[in-house]
Amino acid sequence: MSLHTKPILEVDQVKKYFPIKSGFLKRTVANVQAVENVSVDVMEGETLGIVGESGCGKSTFGRTILGLESLTDGSIKFRGEEIGGLSDRQLKKYKKEMQMIFQDPYASLNPRRRIGDALEEAFIIHTNLRKTERKQRVKELLVEVGLKEEHAERYPHEFSGGQRQRIGIARAVSLNPSLIVCDEAVSALDVSVQAQIIQLLKELQQSHQLTYLFISHDLGVVKHISDRVLVMYLGATAELAPAGQLFSNPLHPYTQALLSAIPRPVVGRKKERIRLKGELPNASNYPSGCPFHTRCPLAHERCRQEKPVWREVEKGHFVACHEV
Amino acid sequence: METLLNVNNLVTSFRTAKEKIQAVRGVSFSVDKGETLCIVGESGCGKSITTLSIMGLLPDNGEISEGSITFQGQELTKKKEEEMRRHRGNDISMIFQEPMTALNPVFTVGYQIMEPLNLHTNLGKNEKRKRAVELLNQVGLSNPEKTLKKYPHELSGGMRQRVMIAISLACNPSLLIADEPTTALDVTIQAQILDLIDDLKEKMGMGVLMVTHDMGVVAEVADRVMVMYAGNVVETGTVKEVFENPSHPYTKGLLASVPNVDEEDHSLEAIPGTLPNLNEKIAGCRFHPRCPYAMDKCRKEDPPHFRITDQQQSKCWLHEEVPSHESTHKAYS
Repeated sequence: MSLHTKPILEVDQVKKYFPIKSGFLKRTVANVQAVENVSVDVMEGETLGIVGESGCGKSTFGRTILGLESLTDGSIKFRGEEIGGLSDRQLKKYKKEMQMIFQDPYASLNPRRRIGDALEEAFIIHTNLRKTERKQRVKELLVEVGLKEEHAERYPHEFSGGQRQRIGIARAVSLNPSLIVCDEAVSALDVSVQAQIIQLLKELQQSHQLTYLFISHDLGVVKHISDRVLVMYLGATAELAPAGQLFSNPLHPYTQALLSAIPRPVVGRKKERIRLKGELPNASNYPSGCPFHTRCPLAHERCRQEKPVWREVEKGHFVACHEV
Repeated sequence: METLLNVNNLVTSFRTAKEKIQAVRGVSFSVDKGETLCIVGESGCGKSITTLSIMGLLPDNGEISEGSITFQGQELTKKKEEEMRRHRGNDISMIFQEPMTALNPVFTVGYQIMEPLNLHTNLGKNEKRKRAVELLNQVGLSNPEKTLKKYPHELSGGMRQRVMIAISLACNPSLLIADEPTTALDVTIQAQILDLIDDLKEKMGMGVLMVTHDMGVVAEVADRVMVMYAGNVVETGTVKEVFENPSHPYTKGLLASVPNVDEEDHSLEAIPGTLPNLNEKIAGCRFHPRCPYAMDKCRKEDPPHFRITDQQQSKCWLHEEVPSHESTHKAYS
């Protein structure tokens, strides 16, 4: 699509390590390598899905981009300007532009504040609107995400899970951002409600020209909403491709195993599964060579020693594997 | 096939400060030996309460107010706590959703696996140990000797769920109840656990009652399916019937709202509205406020179960013209 040609976000060799400190002097004895050398460009107006098992660093990656976690190494450019390693104050002007939708909005809403007051706060901090204008904007927002004006007077506990997620979305879009990181935004919802929220996100993307980073472990949802999909394994990027291509022609053995493991809602089409042995290794004891070699059915000597290069094998299809 | 469990017109209600509310409103089903019945539905539909009623593990303010549960010909609802305890973990056992909260953090895995053996068998100490190692082997944990000495926090999510399964299998149960056994796990681990339950079912001829909200899981493991909505069973049938020819509008909606990874350009259709509260008074069919086919009759009268095929039944007025077996199900209202 012609829309998706200009990068809004350029992520280059980003690393995020969490130190493990021990002993009397609290010296760093090891690092949890949560994000390991991730490079990806996110295009204006696209939805980039990020998938992987729990502990693969996908959430940490999203939080690092927004400046919620400090950057260990690498560079993050937003519309060409470097934002990695900025202080909170310097980041303030970008925070209007980049927002986040969390998995459980209930945990991020103050139970003693009315929804209207909570939504108004963003306008108090970032705009010069007068009180009546702010109240008016809050009402418009609520209607936009499919709630009613009078919901502004209610408290968080009065809403169902789906409605709370709508509130979380209202808060995220309130300042007209251009990039939204959705971290497991629909994972806690029942399927019938989940489909409603996905539709809402798609509508808002159209009307606000939003770019989404859609982080989820649910491959079905990711396929449905994404233009391109990035597969992460143990903090590193395994494969990146347009959504249709990734699902029809996965190249990395991890992607193949992940796709074959999804239970399909179709009877009698039980595919032969690629069984992965064992579980995700501990990120504080990072494997040498290819991070996937401990579970990979195709692993050989080279995989144990040499890290595979992240390269483009077809146009727009990136993969890190010696075997491809 | 031999019927293992028979639940007839089960009504489970909870006392609250204001009123008595019904979480399960007249549910009937059976599980045969060697078959897997899946209960599907969204949160709050009463699927977990149904399994807790069978196990006799309802919270203090809950009670079975009507109906019967027979297991191998014995009535369970009339049993005293002491007698129920002899069944639990012995011939009926249960796997819970969150292995971390179900396992005791201060005891070793070995102790917890041997606990049901202590309670229900007369095995000697060494025999119990041997059985525990055997069980851990069976659920595919490598190095069982070492695992026995570990505490739950030393294990990963998938390993904990395997330990839970090992505990539930300790006394060779004839009925295994699994309440969302893989919901907290990643897909690759989920696939391992589902295969494991299926293998064990085949080998030991257990009946399995699995509760889940994931239609993909249902399609993989179920022989028969029962769809619940707001405390009622709305549709039952073989897995093929329910997936290929869903008869109740709720089942259709549920299937249409699952994203499909194999289809190109699959469009998602949401069910409008939200699930009703348990105490919400809804006249007629409880699904009618969200139903695209709702007619006048649906707003006034609660539909009975209409028979569609030998196995398939639907609680919906749309199927009224099909000759019904109303007499067997009229106890509902």
